Amino acid sequence: MEKHIQLPITRETARTIKSGESCLLSGVIYTARDAAHKRLCELLKDGKPLPFDVTNATIYYVGPTPAKPGQVIGSAGPTTSYRMDAYSPMMIAAGETGMIGKGKRSAEVVAAMKEHGAVYFAAIGGAGALLSSCIKKAEIVCYEDLGAEAVRRLEVENLPVVCVIDSEGNNLYETGRNAYLASR
Amino acid sequence: MREIQANVLTETIAKLAIEANCVLPCDVKRRIEDARKNEPWETAQGILDKIIENYGIAEANTVPICQDTGVCCVFLKIGQDVHIEGDIRAAVDEGVRRGYTEGYLRKSVVADPLRRVNTGDNTPAMLYTEIVPGDRLEITVAPKGFGSENMSRLAMLKPSDGIEGVKAFILRTVEEAGPNPCPPIIVGVGVGGTFDKAAYLAKKALMRSTDERNADPFYADLEAELLEKINALGVGPQGFGGKTTALAVNIEWMPTHIAGLPVAVNINCHVTRHKTVVL
Repeated sequence: MEKHIQLPITRETARTIKSGESCLLSGVIYTARDAAHKRLCELLKDGKPLPFDVTNATIYYVGPTPAKPGQVIGSAGPTTSYRMDAYSPMMIAAGETGMIGKGKRSAEVVAAMKEHGAVYFAAIGGAGALLSSCIKKAEIVCYEDLGAEAVRRLEVENLPVVCVIDSEGNNLYETGRNAYLASR
Repeated sequence: MREIQANVLTETIAKLAIEANCVLPCDVKRRIEDARKNEPWETAQGILDKIIENYGIAEANTVPICQDTGVCCVFLKIGQDVHIEGDIRAAVDEGVRRGYTEGYLRKSVVADPLRRVNTGDNTPAMLYTEIVPGDRLEITVAPKGFGSENMSRLAMLKPSDGIEGVKAFILRTVEEAGPNPCPPIIVGVGVGGTFDKAAYLAKKALMRSTDERNADPFYADLEAELLEKINALGVGPQGFGGKTTALAVNIEWMPTHIAGLPVAVNINCHVTRHKTVVL
């Protein structure tokens, strides 16, 4: 059974989402990958304001393909999250409550999630054409020079994700695999 | 001497780049659909269903299967009786430029690994050339995503490590990669040669159809054994647990030095894309 989540996710809501839960996200999310995270964190380090409000924000690690005529956005599946590990603790401390990507996270990211209340979701890697259909509106917020890596504001409807790591540090990549192995 | 104009190369590569990114090869589809039938774990079944739905949408609408439309690997097998009229390197890059622009594919190449400015047109291609007998020109275009490329590894093992050392290295590489390369994966392995040749063989192994086993029964058996062992790891589709961690293991090998046992593992995701034409 899927859990419907209306964005934004508050710190309190983040603590109610549990590892292993399939969720459908609706509302506003922002995109950022490696290059955008680097710039955002440089601003945070310098104590400067970010180009968008990161309070209770959910960030999707995605660099979409260009939209074809008539499309809102091109294919838009997740990129591998560990490359954002160097930046996520700072983003979480600044207010980020949700991250969408795929793959493992570092101990430092999980510690920040537990401390502040944040949740890590995975979308299906390599399912960019399917995920694109849940994106109803897309506009560039900043860093247009980065092309696919620019920060975009997306309005999503029922974006299918799975909570992999929750705010208590439970991790589906460990528990799911162990449960399967134990079932054999 | 047969003449082929360089602009034919450009047009062919542009077309192949779009097709390869939007239509998954039949053998890979068949592997995924077979895996779905044999997958006992419910979460994994659901993921495989979504993967199948996704490549159906991509093919029907001519949109990229995955947003990582990759660095564009181009393999040319040039018959020694063929003369290509024009600049081959420029013709290949023009093909990539056109395919990635006209096909609305993502431009994912930076001009310099440290200064990191996007080239804006996905050039240059990663170009591999081989001179072969005959008067044909075989062109393969293989967009390679970096989620899986980043999880690839190379080891210079000792001859005493032997076949068990090779198996252990491959299994460790796949297990450590876990969910990161978007399983179910296809595992390309290169054994032998030199440091660089092993890596090249691993990449070349990914170009082989998953229907085709190694021509040498010894290596064909090794491919089958490794596939079984990888699928006993329990990583499963997307790393959420399950039987289907890999769809195939393809091994390529070549002679090597008396002192060495190079082994390279090049991982590809379930969106393993390549398309070939022969001119």
